[in-house]
Amino acid sequence: MRISGLKENVVRLAFLGTASISIIIVMLIFVFLGKEAFPFMKNPGLSQLLGSRWAPVSFIKEVYGIYPLLTGSLLITILATLISVPIGVCGAVYISEIAGNAEREFFKPFIEILAGIPSVVLGFFGLVTVAPLVKRIFNLPSGLTALTGALLLALMAIPTIITISEDAIRSVPRSFKEASLALGASRLQTTWRVTVPAALSGIIAAIMLGMGRVIGETMAVLMVTGNAAVITMSPFESVRTMTATIAAEMGEVPFGSAHYSALFWIGIILLVVTFALNMVAMRVLKRYRMS
Amino acid sequence: MRSRKIEPAIHWGMRLVTYSIVIVIAFIIIDIVWKGLPVISWKFLSGFPKKSGAEGGILPAIVGTLVLVLGTIAVALPLGMASAVYLSEYAKQGKFTNTIRLAIITLAGVPSIVFGLFGLGLFVLFFGFGASILAGCLTLACMILPIIIVSSEEALKAIPQSLREGSLALGATKWETIRRNVLPYSMSGMLTGSILGIGRAAGETAPILLTVAAFYLPKLPNSIFDQVMALPYHLYILATQLPDADAVRPMQYGTALVLIALVLGVNMFAIIFRNRVRKKYRW
Repeated sequence: MRISGLKENVVRLAFLGTASISIIIVMLIFVFLGKEAFPFMKNPGLSQLLGSRWAPVSFIKEVYGIYPLLTGSLLITILATLISVPIGVCGAVYISEIAGNAEREFFKPFIEILAGIPSVVLGFFGLVTVAPLVKRIFNLPSGLTALTGALLLALMAIPTIITISEDAIRSVPRSFKEASLALGASRLQTTWRVTVPAALSGIIAAIMLGMGRVIGETMAVLMVTGNAAVITMSPFESVRTMTATIAAEMGEVPFGSAHYSALFWIGIILLVVTFALNMVAMRVLKRYRMS
Repeated sequence: MRSRKIEPAIHWGMRLVTYSIVIVIAFIIIDIVWKGLPVISWKFLSGFPKKSGAEGGILPAIVGTLVLVLGTIAVALPLGMASAVYLSEYAKQGKFTNTIRLAIITLAGVPSIVFGLFGLGLFVLFFGFGASILAGCLTLACMILPIIIVSSEEALKAIPQSLREGSLALGATKWETIRRNVLPYSMSGMLTGSILGIGRAAGETAPILLTVAAFYLPKLPNSIFDQVMALPYHLYILATQLPDADAVRPMQYGTALVLIALVLGVNMFAIIFRNRVRKKYRW
């Protein structure tokens, strides 16, 4: 009896140990990003990051101002959100409230396929098909613009927005809708004035998770945004995002150099931003699930 | 009265938006299949690349991706499943459990390029594995761990409580109950959920960019400390790094098709298998 009790405890502890690996990995991520980024604080100093020019490779003087990268990521995120939110929310409302059962089952695999397409493939598609299209439609010198990147990122955010919003809309109690219909409201009024507001926190969480995905996306933006580190808020200009900068420059940078540490600082900023977005989104989701 | 006319119009508008998403997805897939299919031949799939990939085949990239996926699964699957068993069977509400859940959510949201930086800092440099299959697999394993944990936990939660209670009432210990009455029935569910993680590992570029992938290495790997080529990275190179990208367009489409067939094939298999399992066990 005592032996089997001992065995039970050993097994339980083994499972507990494995389960804590997620915590360990998260801590290691912070520790090792910090470790590689740290040297930059001594030389050339953290204030060097606060500048409006990113020119880490130069014969005269290297500068590591990350403002252009921040605005690049910001611009693309805003554009992608503006494109994906109306489409995604509309799709979610349609699929959960208007579509019939068979239609709903028809949409599901498409959304799953879209979520499964590797970002490098979408980037390739964007480079070959979307960029020339953007160039022609808006009569631009080059199709590699912030808008092109945002279009592809919107495509990546849409599955996240649809799945989570749909979940939120469907968990609105039927009694809400029935009450509204019984009071004489039309289906349309019920959907937009009762169901969607009731699911709003879930929809907002969905949008935030979609944005988290957009900010962290690397390959597609690297391939289609042209990668010019300039400060601009025009969707028709080429921009360089934080993620693309890391991916493009890490391969050629000497380990331990100031440039190398600067790239890790960008990683830390990305980590903090996505972490904050996800945390807030989860809080919101939790609250609506409880109520 | 007015709303009677507006309502169908708005419903049609929403229908249009939703179907336009489907059309775009279908267009992307058809475009890649249409232009990629003529390139696919035995020579393309089993040949070695020549001239930085502008000619020849993509065998090393296919092998590299398969090796990375298998290695990643070998690391992440046992860890993820065991974590899920703890969370679903042992964990009590409390600070520690909440911390684990918080960590899983955090991991799921970390951008893939940050995983690349992390893998570079920890596995490549600190552990001294160098850019290698080992470092790449460990990095990818960290990335897909949350997917495996969440889907495995779902599979475990689907087992009715009565199965556990029956076993415990007959005098079986907790571990005996889990081993005999819970795991056998949830295994297929756990595996299928985890396959979705495989698709992610096969298609990701950013983490392997910094930890394992070779620009051009027309040979097969010999040990876990070798670098390898990988399909997603190879596609990126072909599309953006070659001097005359337009001339290698067919090679790009061929590579994209192989990659997408691999990833979507794996996902499709998981989805079909999952539906079957759901039909098989009805509680």
